Amino acid sequence: MIAEIGHYALILALCVALAQSVLPLVGAARGDGALMAFAKPAALAQFALVALAFGCLVHSFVVSDFTVRNVVMNSHSAKPLLYKFSGTWGNHEGSMVLWSLILGLFGALVAGFGRNLPPGLKARTLAVQGMIGVAFLAFIVFTSNPFERVFPPPTDGRDLNPLLQDPGLAFHPPFLYFGYVGFSIVFAFAMAALIEGRVDAAWARWVRPWTLAAWSALTLGIALGSWWAYYELGWGGWWYWDPVENASFMPWLVGTALLHSAIVAEKRDALKTWTILLAILAFALSLVGTFLVRSGVLTSVHAFAVDPARGIFILAILVTAIGGSLAMYAWRAPMLKGGGLFQPVSREGALVLNNVILATAAATVFIGTLYPLFLEAIGGAKVSVGPPFFDSTFVPLMIPLLLAVSAGPMLGWKRADLAGALQRLRAAMFLSILAIAAAYWFADRRSVYAALGMGLAAWLIFGALVEWAERVRLFRAPLASVWSRAANLPRASWGMTIAHAGLGLVVMGIAGVTAWQTEVIRLVRPGDAFDVAGYKFVFKGVTRDDGPNYHFARGTFEVYRNEKLYAVMTPERRYFPVAGMSTTETSIRTNLLADIYATIGDPESATQSGNMPAFLAPVTPQTAWTVRIYHNPLVPWIWLGACTMVLGGLVSLTDRRHRVGAPARARPADAVASPAE
Amino acid sequence: MKRLLFLLPLALFAVLAGYFYVGLQRDPAEIPSVLIDKPVPAFELPPVAGVAKPGLSSATLKGDVALVNVFASWCPPCRVEHPLLVRLSRESDVPIYGLNYKDKAEDAKRWLGELGNPYRAIGWDFENRVAIDFGVYGAPETFVVDRKGTIRYRHVGAITPDVLERTLLPLVQKLRAES
Repeated sequence: MIAEIGHYALILALCVALAQSVLPLVGAARGDGALMAFAKPAALAQFALVALAFGCLVHSFVVSDFTVRNVVMNSHSAKPLLYKFSGTWGNHEGSMVLWSLILGLFGALVAGFGRNLPPGLKARTLAVQGMIGVAFLAFIVFTSNPFERVFPPPTDGRDLNPLLQDPGLAFHPPFLYFGYVGFSIVFAFAMAALIEGRVDAAWARWVRPWTLAAWSALTLGIALGSWWAYYELGWGGWWYWDPVENASFMPWLVGTALLHSAIVAEKRDALKTWTILLAILAFALSLVGTFLVRSGVLTSVHAFAVDPARGIFILAILVTAIGGSLAMYAWRAPMLKGGGLFQPVSREGALVLNNVILATAAATVFIGTLYPLFLEAIGGAKVSVGPPFFDSTFVPLMIPLLLAVSAGPMLGWKRADLAGALQRLRAAMFLSILAIAAAYWFADRRSVYAALGMGLAAWLIFGALVEWAERVRLFRAPLASVWSRAANLPRASWGMTIAHAGLGLVVMGIAGVTAWQTEVIRLVRPGDAFDVAGYKFVFKGVTRDDGPNYHFARGTFEVYRNEKLYAVMTPERRYFPVAGMSTTETSIRTNLLADIYATIGDPESATQSGNMPAFLAPVTPQTAWTVRIYHNPLVPWIWLGACTMVLGGLVSLTDRRHRVGAPARARPADAVASPAE
Repeated sequence: MKRLLFLLPLALFAVLAGYFYVGLQRDPAEIPSVLIDKPVPAFELPPVAGVAKPGLSSATLKGDVALVNVFASWCPPCRVEHPLLVRLSRESDVPIYGLNYKDKAEDAKRWLGELGNPYRAIGWDFENRVAIDFGVYGAPETFVVDRKGTIRYRHVGAITPDVLERTLLPLVQKLRAES
């Protein structure tokens, strides 16, 4: 019954979305207020209906209703409650419902909070949002019904992929989807502006908070995914350039570019067509990301839906959405009027550089991810692209960008003095050189790159702080005046300082763990002791026992530092008999400056019995085990830095300007459809 | 002229969509190889430095039905399939040979030390010469070679228990019975 209500709600939501995508557009074209006003209740109703469907699906999972095929395939009665809950979106059908739910939520937010939007723009934006809703709801209803029944119902389910039974991954997809889908609103705004034939500073200001919200969520989603890969896969790394990781990284790069170009569009009325194009591309890449994961076009360890019929459907969505919007862009964008002029050396110039590099980086990742596909399609199929490609192309691209990050905000609008800006940054320069020297002399004299990486990170952090100090006139004005300046500093400005400093932390973490990671792999017997990066590890042996829905082998290490007990580490291997899969549970001990990271492997010369993995094979107390221990300096800073960047985004989002006093629009009289050139 | 510039994104996307369409028509796990039923290309590869297994040459592949597995330490799906190969090498007498693809010797050595070494011999193909002759699309890939040294089957992507039980092992048995 509950499942049928959910299914019915989805179909109704599809009907509502259809009406929402047509009527407000007609209204806006005819100037009919009543039809335009239809957008708001429609958006709210679509959200309510999808939320109802989602609630029904969650209910089916939580009560383990094994008459629903989706629950049978992805859940099990012995699974902990959290994973029954997160199992709702740990599969193809459920994750599409989550996608639509977030899409509906964003539509409802625009409908509810967009009071200061002009009615025409709001109606058109919600109509475009409705079209995206139609595409995804039709996809669910016609090809991926999550409420399909099975008869006769089996006694128990097949369990969720155990790799996904993890708190980090339970919340990774929702944030990622918040990011992906958040760009849909920005896309809808861009399409509405193209239909209207008008982009101005007011438009850019309305778009910015949505971009910020989507960007912050996407940043958090990517960080969570990377953190999960770090501790759950047990390979000691934090980023693998896997196609699915890249799929989320490309919209992030373009979204970051959009965030910056929207500033120019808002403050200087320039780069407008470019900003529109970025808005289209950010959402297009979000769709491509969904497509890559869902269709099995690229093989990847992550992909969990390989079904060509769905692939064709998603391809149709992609072609309509991206092809349609780019055609619209080719037709209408040339009519948009260009805005303020500027010199190459200026704040605008710096932001253009930011955009060019980020767009190139996104294109690089795109080519690296899809190259095998292209070559295969033309029958070549002789090249494979792995991390070596990305290391040698992406990293060098980032260096000039990171160098420019600190200088950009010191430049004035329109025309600026680079020498003067660098002069004011001399404190940051001095501290960066100090950081290079310190890293070289005290930490590691072998790696010049690591030292330069530290210098780059210091440049970002201190550059952000110096810019902030300039704004509040720290050390120049009396303290009381500094205080009041800091208090009056726009939140957007605080946000930038925090986010740029956060980027510096990320760079420091990456440089540190790349250059200074220690990895020890060895066979140890209970009682053996060995050193890893100054820590003494004593292996106490392995115990076996059962968890709620798995069997496990748990190794115990006592870790000593300076002859004192520092930590007891207990890495595990788990075997999930229902899914027939094993997972690695790493044991990580962090002091925020470095992690020690332990995993256990298989016992020496274990013989396998049936399907049981080697780590559950019979052993004697003296059997040696393979263990892997890593010392990862600065690695926590990667995620601390990413969270700092998210914090920057959120602080910026609370800026008053986003909520009140939207500027009056430019007079519409001459703006509509003036001929090209 | 300026209009053409605005058309560029659309044109690029049209090309891309064409590629996606072609890509969808193919099952990524079943890319036909031009080398099926052709003899293994002639090659001779050195061993991976530090690994106590001999190098691989086309002569090694004659005599018994064998699996040739293309692997690399930087390839996550290889990790997924590797335990299966290790198990197969322990439980059966099907010879498995390794083609270590675009990998540093020390990385490959560490990787094999950590996950186990199911290979009777491993060719170190750092410069990607032999993999190109085999038409390798990416790691992992597995070829089935018969007694005469002819390539009979190619599997692209990680080997799953299903692929092993239903496709590769029956084929090996059939080929063994053949000659």
